[in-house]
Amino acid sequence: MIEVQHLTKRYGPVTAVNDVSFTVERGEILGFLGPNGAGKTTTMRVLTGYMPPSEGKAIVAGYDVLEQPIEAKRRTGYLPETPPLYPDMTVREYLTFVAKIKGVPRKESKSRIGEMMRKTRIDDVADRHCGKLSKGYRQRVGLAQAMLHNPDVLILDEPTAGLDPKQIIETRQLIKGLAGDHTIILSTHILPEVSQTCQRVVIINKGKVVAVDTPDNLTSRLRGSETMYLQVDAQGADAAGILQRVAGVTRVAVADTKQQVVGFEIDSETGHDVRRELAAAVVGRGWGLLEMRPMRMSLEEIFLHVTTEDVAAPPAVAEASHE
Amino acid sequence: MSNILALAHKEVKSAFSTPIAYVVIGFFALLWGWFFWVSLIYFNQQSLQFAGPEGGGANINQQLIRPLFLNASVILLFVLPLITMRTYSEEKRSGTIELLLTSPLTDFQIITGKFLGAMVLYAAMLAVTIIHMALLFSYSTPRPEWRPVMTGYLGLLLMGGCFVSVGLLISSLTKNQIVSGMVTFAVFLFLWVINWPASMSGPTTQSVLNYLSITEHFDDFTKGILDTKHLIYYFSVISFGLFLTARSVDTERWKG
Repeated sequence: MIEVQHLTKRYGPVTAVNDVSFTVERGEILGFLGPNGAGKTTTMRVLTGYMPPSEGKAIVAGYDVLEQPIEAKRRTGYLPETPPLYPDMTVREYLTFVAKIKGVPRKESKSRIGEMMRKTRIDDVADRHCGKLSKGYRQRVGLAQAMLHNPDVLILDEPTAGLDPKQIIETRQLIKGLAGDHTIILSTHILPEVSQTCQRVVIINKGKVVAVDTPDNLTSRLRGSETMYLQVDAQGADAAGILQRVAGVTRVAVADTKQQVVGFEIDSETGHDVRRELAAAVVGRGWGLLEMRPMRMSLEEIFLHVTTEDVAAPPAVAEASHE
Repeated sequence: MSNILALAHKEVKSAFSTPIAYVVIGFFALLWGWFFWVSLIYFNQQSLQFAGPEGGGANINQQLIRPLFLNASVILLFVLPLITMRTYSEEKRSGTIELLLTSPLTDFQIITGKFLGAMVLYAAMLAVTIIHMALLFSYSTPRPEWRPVMTGYLGLLLMGGCFVSVGLLISSLTKNQIVSGMVTFAVFLFLWVINWPASMSGPTTQSVLNYLSITEHFDDFTKGILDTKHLIYYFSVISFGLFLTARSVDTERWKG
């Protein structure tokens, strides 16, 4: 549905997006993750036809955004970072105007606007001026605007920014509900949002794609081995030695100790599920098995990992050259 | 076409839902009213002096309506920048330009829509003066000739169109309304006085300068003369201004 090929965008000497390629399948929600200034907004602006790429191309809903911009735009809904509202129009007037310029047939326009206002829960402010709305309402009016012409592709630049926790949950559910009929790209720097709403994640840093995968795969891929956390009441016995001998375990480390209760971090070979053996080893000796859970890198850790990897190296070099 | 009308409608509506339209039209009406009153008194005096025993007197078209039209063109220099200065600048500042540029609209449609919107506002402003003209037509004997009045209005519309199209261009270059307004005013003023050195220069320079002056072409309209030379000039300036605006918007896209 969306195909980005070797996309590069330069602003004068600054390269904002550098050779970015990815595809999004029909009905998929793709999370676009990256620190501020990573090139998320620039990529989205190219996809929506707001600005042309310096190199490479983007195909949205089967149309090249540079060659056939009108056709591509007809099938794209876009919520920019700041919702593009006219402060002196009421919400209803605004949506009516948007319906006209986006080519919603006149007969459907009214019902379509009503439907979108219900979906985004803005009916109660329909006759208020856009300039007088709170940030949360503005964001939702922006969302209604993006979905108004029922586009195949929705591109949402930080759709939950500025919303309160309840609205965030509602908006996420709304977006999730749209998947299937719509193909969605959403950018964010809030990590749980990605694992909760997206099927796939593109992590972008300094204009380059550093990782593309499902949130689950990203988590496990970045670990060479599986790690378990085990809390055992061994009544003073040497639990570590016993656990070390369980088949498949590669490393046992003590994570925390509270009197007799010891917490272990246990690495095992990937693909080798050692949970049964570990449990049997503990329980068989009459110890108490208080907790056992897989440890995973949270998305935060992955994010920091992939985005700081290359940043961490240069300071070390710099230090070396000083000495 | 419906897209263009929707955009034009939006422009007009936004001007009337803010104080802008009322301020612009109000001050234009005030200034025009002042000029009208002063010219009328002056005209009356002259008329009495010239009048012989068998009636006659001054020509109302030549000595009242024509100077009024010429005065109006000066008011435009001050008022039209207020109409055009926000057209693009405001959209750029508030980010709504992102909505327009990512909607299925061509640059041509956006620009034409904005141009028409500004022209409707301008026409509404000129409509105020119809009251004064109606007074002249109903109370003056002999009646004024209607032809120079019609061509005068046509000339005002076309000259205003040139200013609007240049104003759009300047507005598309900046997101700061004050800068946009000031530059527009300076450019208008310059286009007005560009032929002032004409009388002191050689014949070629003179005709070039006179040709370039937007207000110079207006003169024939006030005399009731409809010359294709002037029509072509005005339409060319309008199209050229709109064309450059399209280029400017496009360049802005590439720069980001």
